[in-house]
Amino acid sequence: MGKDFLTSLRPAFTLTILFALLLGIVYPLTMTGIGQTLFPHQANGSLVEEQGKPVGSSLIGQGFADPRYFSSRPSAAGKGYDGLASSGSNFGPTSQALVDRTKADVAKFQQMSPGLPVPSDLVTASASGLDPDISPEAAFYQVARVAAVRGLPAARVRALVQDTIRTPFLGFLGDPSVNILDLNRRLDRISATTAQ
Amino acid sequence: MTFQGWLLIAAFVGILLALTKPVGLWLFALYEGRPTPLHAILGPVERGFYKLSAIDPNEDQSWRRYAVHMLIFNAALLLLTYAILRLQAGLPLNPLGYAGLSEHLSFNTAVSFTTNTNWQSYGGESTMSNLSQMLGLTIHNFLSAATGIALAFAFFRGFARRSAAGIGNFWADVTRVTLYLLLPICIVYALFLIASGVPQTLAGSVDVTTLEGVKQTLALGPVASQEAIKMLGTNGGGFFNANSAHPFENPTALTNFVQMVSIFLIGFGLTWTFGKAVGNTRQGWAILAAMLTIFLIGVTVVYTQEAAGNPILHGLGVSGGNMEGKEVRFGIAASALFSVVTTAASCGAVNAMHDSFTALGGMIPLFNIQLGEVVVGGVGAGIYGFLLFAILAVFVAGLMVGRTPEYVGKKIESREVKLAVLAIAVLPLIILGFTAIASVMDAGLAGPLNKGPHGFSEILYAFTSAVGNNGSAFAGLTANTPFYNGLLGIAMWLGRFFVIIPMLAIAGSLAAKKYTPATAGSFPTTGPLWTGLLIGIVLIVGGLTFLPSLALGPIADHLAMIRGQLF
Repeated sequence: MGKDFLTSLRPAFTLTILFALLLGIVYPLTMTGIGQTLFPHQANGSLVEEQGKPVGSSLIGQGFADPRYFSSRPSAAGKGYDGLASSGSNFGPTSQALVDRTKADVAKFQQMSPGLPVPSDLVTASASGLDPDISPEAAFYQVARVAAVRGLPAARVRALVQDTIRTPFLGFLGDPSVNILDLNRRLDRISATTAQ
Repeated sequence: MTFQGWLLIAAFVGILLALTKPVGLWLFALYEGRPTPLHAILGPVERGFYKLSAIDPNEDQSWRRYAVHMLIFNAALLLLTYAILRLQAGLPLNPLGYAGLSEHLSFNTAVSFTTNTNWQSYGGESTMSNLSQMLGLTIHNFLSAATGIALAFAFFRGFARRSAAGIGNFWADVTRVTLYLLLPICIVYALFLIASGVPQTLAGSVDVTTLEGVKQTLALGPVASQEAIKMLGTNGGGFFNANSAHPFENPTALTNFVQMVSIFLIGFGLTWTFGKAVGNTRQGWAILAAMLTIFLIGVTVVYTQEAAGNPILHGLGVSGGNMEGKEVRFGIAASALFSVVTTAASCGAVNAMHDSFTALGGMIPLFNIQLGEVVVGGVGAGIYGFLLFAILAVFVAGLMVGRTPEYVGKKIESREVKLAVLAIAVLPLIILGFTAIASVMDAGLAGPLNKGPHGFSEILYAFTSAVGNNGSAFAGLTANTPFYNGLLGIAMWLGRFFVIIPMLAIAGSLAAKKYTPATAGSFPTTGPLWTGLLIGIVLIVGGLTFLPSLALGPIADHLAMIRGQLF
């Protein structure tokens, strides 16, 4: 056993250093170089710009408190949609805290957009706290309110939601979704043109 | 539940079955030490590594030497990561200026990544510098996976060799698996991830101003290169706190599908490699059939439960399945499937928060780990864990018919059965023992976020995940304390190496035996009878031990959920 131990030292420590260089330095840096060259937009966070200024990432959700906008999902990331603190609520199915939060959110939506039931995703916190999407049902649920606040025809807003729905890849990978940032930006553009 | 959901599950299994033989063949070449097409490019690297490290790749090692060399290599890697994490503040590539980690968090994290667990007591984007992620953590994702596959190779040799003294060369196995399997796949895989939206940059973060005028800081980093090996090597340690639920780790339903396939890819392939190594690929398919059966039962339960949703929320006027802790782009089917895949394998990456699953939906991931993660399992660890159950199964069959048990041409005798039982018994002993300790100590009871039975489930899940080297969590548990970091660190180490040492001893013992050809009286280990026996042994021996603890946790939680009782 002693001999086995002694013979292991040289390869153990040398290979640790060699693999650390190859897998810990060369590999990630090479991928960074290739990624930055071939896919600079994606490699830097898929940022969305408005008049040259970044207003978000097409992959990361943001909070929308103003009733003029379609609301995003409740978020447990920091104080809500904190890009440095991704997290779910981790509330279990029998949690009092889960029920309290859901009750408050259901009441809030009832006030803004009457009608039951509320689509599940709209009053549940996502896994990351940064979910960029809501379900088509959750978007349609809010159409009447958003249209009323903005003074737009409901049919116009409904058509916009319909147009923003992303269908699942190959028809079965994932669920249909509506990107909340995309939807609200397009909504702003419609309001702007209507105002003119 | 939807037709699309079941189609997703069918497509997932179908693609993996189609890839089983090709991957198995490639692994078989590495198992035998035969050249692959990649040797032309990477051969010089391999030979250079041997030369600088004074390794003779043709030295045939006894099981003891194989074990000692494996342990010392893992200890060296552990030290490297511990040092990097402690010294993080003074090292380069730290764009957000993070401080060094505490002693207990560094210990826990270093053990966690060395043992292929990737339990995370820290929040990735708020704790780790880019250098720590790359140099401290990514290398373990490769090398703990390569170690697992090397160990599986060593175990296969125990069955395949006849009257042999050695079980192969640890250094050659690890180096070949890393260079010719893991690294090449990861290069292609990481590129696919970058193209799909996973960041790969040395910048730490970027600031944006949202439509409502709020400043939002988005954490970035070299994510894709780590993400690829995190999945392929069944490691599961995320770059970000939210792991594969974070849109920057797993941006689309397609990346999600590929991530799930990559968790199982090598595990499926290794069943074929085993069959080939012992001279009959039907031996491998029989094992895979048993694994798949248990897997599909688990998927069905989780999908059904999550799609049905939480009756308490329905009572509040909310419609639909359980979306708490799930992402819209994946939906319920892909979240349920992912949770079963990641816990059947010892991956532990999550694309949804298991803590927020319905009670029974969350019980299956827990139960999968308690079975010893032998349903496909971690790369290497799954198949050698399953073969330990196979040894028990032939022993039980032998008792029933009154013959000395044989398996793939080797007599299974008292020594092998004792060692197999030792390796299998270690898991429940540590999981239940440590859970009991944490459930009565103040430091342990301070951990859970949820109250009532669900709080107990959080503690039970933590120790199950640590001992099983899974790394997923009921993440409400506050684990970054000296108590949990210390105890979980010990649990991870014991759970990894106290299975490996008896397993290697069995390999050494089997390799030395003569070949015993099958006769008319041998119990066949290829047909449906054998597959059924395997499933029974895994469920009874692996699972029954945990039934009382499940009754106290998820089952009590389920009954409370139906009654509408809150905690």
